[in-house]
Amino acid sequence: MGLFTSRLFWIALLVIAFAATLPLYVSGYILGLLTVAFYFGVFAMSWDLLFGFAGEVNFGPTFLIGTGAYTAGIINNLYGVSPYICIFIGAMAAVVAGFILALPALRVRGPYFGLTTLVAVLMLQNFIVVFAELTGGEIGLTIPDVITINAGANYWLALGFMTVSGAVLYGLSQSPIGLVLQASGQDPVQAGALGFNIVKHKLFAFVVSAFFSGLSGALLVFYFGTASVGTVVDVAVGVNVIVAAVLGGRRTVIGAALGAVFLIVAGEFLRPTGELATFIVSAVALIVVLFFPGGFLGAAMSREART
Amino acid sequence: MDAVSGNFAPTLEVRGLTKRFGGLTAVKNLSFDLRAGEIFGLIGPNGSGKSTAMKSIMGIERPTSGEVIFQGQNVAGLPAHKIARQGFGMVFQHSRPLNRQTVLENIMVALLPDSLLALFHDRALIERAEAIAERVGLGAVMRRKPPTLPFADLRRLELAKAIARDPKVVLVDEPFAGLTLAEVGTFSELIAGFRDEGRAVLLVDHNVKSVAALVDRVLAMYLGEEICTGAASDVMKNETVRRVYLGGAIETSARPETSFHDKEPLLQVENVNVFYGKAQALENVSIHVHKSEFVSVVGLNGAGKTTLFNAISGLLPYTGAIKRGGEPLRGTSAAKIARDGIVQCPESRELFGEMTVRENLDLGGYHLADDVRDKQIEWLFELFPILRERQSQLAQTLSGGEQQMLAIGRALMMQPKILILDEPTLGLAPVILEQLSKALERLRQTSSITMLLGEQNVTFALPHADRVYVLEHARIVWEGDPARFAAEAGEGYL
Ligand SMILES: Nc1ncnc2c1ncn2[C@@H]1O[C@H](COP(=O)(O)OP(=O)(O)OP(=O)(O)O)[C@@H](O)[C@H]1O
Ligand SMILES: [Mg+2]
Repeated sequence: MGLFTSRLFWIALLVIAFAATLPLYVSGYILGLLTVAFYFGVFAMSWDLLFGFAGEVNFGPTFLIGTGAYTAGIINNLYGVSPYICIFIGAMAAVVAGFILALPALRVRGPYFGLTTLVAVLMLQNFIVVFAELTGGEIGLTIPDVITINAGANYWLALGFMTVSGAVLYGLSQSPIGLVLQASGQDPVQAGALGFNIVKHKLFAFVVSAFFSGLSGALLVFYFGTASVGTVVDVAVGVNVIVAAVLGGRRTVIGAALGAVFLIVAGEFLRPTGELATFIVSAVALIVVLFFPGGFLGAAMSREART
Repeated sequence: MDAVSGNFAPTLEVRGLTKRFGGLTAVKNLSFDLRAGEIFGLIGPNGSGKSTAMKSIMGIERPTSGEVIFQGQNVAGLPAHKIARQGFGMVFQHSRPLNRQTVLENIMVALLPDSLLALFHDRALIERAEAIAERVGLGAVMRRKPPTLPFADLRRLELAKAIARDPKVVLVDEPFAGLTLAEVGTFSELIAGFRDEGRAVLLVDHNVKSVAALVDRVLAMYLGEEICTGAASDVMKNETVRRVYLGGAIETSARPETSFHDKEPLLQVENVNVFYGKAQALENVSIHVHKSEFVSVVGLNGAGKTTLFNAISGLLPYTGAIKRGGEPLRGTSAAKIARDGIVQCPESRELFGEMTVRENLDLGGYHLADDVRDKQIEWLFELFPILRERQSQLAQTLSGGEQQMLAIGRALMMQPKILILDEPTLGLAPVILEQLSKALERLRQTSSITMLLGEQNVTFALPHADRVYVLEHARIVWEGDPARFAAEAGEGYL
């Protein structure tokens, strides 16, 4: 294991170093695509911390993402504050919203937690539509400021952000806290009897997940220049996040980012096939989930373990 | 012992502990003291509230009333993690270790602080975990992962986790269930070791002999209440304890194989091999069972009993032949095999936890006509009276032994022609064993049912068998009638 984790580290480093050179020779179009994919990767990694380690299925990742995105956007729209401050406030809003949601939700067991998170997304969606004056409603919210318009700079920002988030989330998953989270996920009664406050640990995982989701959502809308329900709140977006994480490999964190990049890039390449694109990507996802439940990275690691 | 412990205030004082679930009082006004360096036993029939008492002390269940005084301070009502941090450890009957982590890492989890600042692994912690692994006899396997370990080692891991943080009070629920005779001996020594280290140990188990040998004092309970407390030998002599818990002796009555006149045995297993990946779980196994015959397959953990039964039930691919009435079963689906009357009551019980007792039984008798089903249920309720009382309780909230009765009951509801019972005695109180024994005897006499019984508990397996097979390391190593078993194959079992 020790050898392989360090191997994983070197491979990741190589891939990131290579990715960092892309703006020197690929088109702005591809850079744009990958920029979105990287933010998406952070959504998926945050989700995996909660599902893969704490064992809680969050059906509403977009509740956290959307809260971060819209809060940042609205503040910028209303007060014209600097994007960085808006993004920070957005992330904090996601943390607070996540905390308020999780505190009662984590007390209910099993599938009810997932249902609660799903309902939260629907509520957020309704809120945005009803308070259209504030949020831009169904048309979407225009965000006046941008961080930069340089495609290369945007790309590097996204890559750097994903790398740092990945390192933090992965580190956390491998730390003693990650172990306790796994133990609580598998057998909460026993973890309690071993002296661990399960609600505290799961709440912590939820808050960390919320922070990175919200931060990434806020960065994404500043990149887009708009925030809309269809891009950061819709249940379908949440499903994509989940599919990306499962595709990449549950409990691997890094795999989730791979899954996200795959999903976004494949979707784009298949765009000429029209409606078929969604179908093909979903079919691939289904096959991977059914036949390689460990996902891309899970399959690779078990091969590694066997040899 | 008494000379030492008598001088000190008890470590744990339980006063008037009561736990109600809705209308059911599982534990009623229970009081006892637990001293440092003492093993205190808790015995009683299935469903008498032993596990509930333990969980209420540990804070896993919130006591309805009463006090749990630990070193002078009442901890009743605190959540489990707080009670654990005060110096309590509990060994669970069922647990799910972290399968992707090594044994050592599993022990380390138990040593971690309950803190969100614990971001880095601590060297000292690893050494401490290694010492604990050695202490419980996991030294040789601490770098392996739990799924590759034999059952007894998984139980050792539970002991290791419970004592990891050096608790003053250790609660142990059914440590001997499913262990072989030799393993029970080792575990007894380990638990005696906890006492010698000055811990206060509360022990629950249905293995009366081992409990009696180990405890300093024992409390017998029935229907949530104390019957009597004292030295094991006195408690076992108590009239009520004998009646409600120990029951009578199990009687033997084998019939010679020549008394079965079918030309071709009803069930034939011929040269069967089963592999799990590279590991061979059954090697050239051949057995046969005549119509109406009762056959026991005796074997220790991991010998391959469950694999054999799963192959017969059509749940596993195998080479060789399994025939019923001369017709090969290969190619018949597991569902069809079961519908046709080969019914297995698996060791893992496989109950529908979120359904009531009654619903579980009704599902078993789903294919029966209404009046037949009602009669069958009536008969079952006579066999296991507690199930009648618990008809509307969710299966997952039943006590360990009650779940076992329900699993056997559901199998019987299917009116099997060939009944396969895999380790039915696991977790059953002696008195229930006696009842089950009588029920099997009645079945044997009043019906033409054929039975295949897998057991490592030979005191139960032998009396109910016309013939016995011994399965060891994937192979049949002995076959004969039960009377010859003790002399020829009994080593390691008796
Ligand atoms: N959550 C619950 N809801 C309702 N009834 C319960 C619940 N938990 C336990 N019971 C009931 O309380 C009684 C005591 O159960 P407990 O598990 O303490 O028995 P036990 O003495 O440990 O029995 P066994 O020897 O079979 O393990 C049982 O009749 C059981 O069905
Ligand atoms: Mg019990």
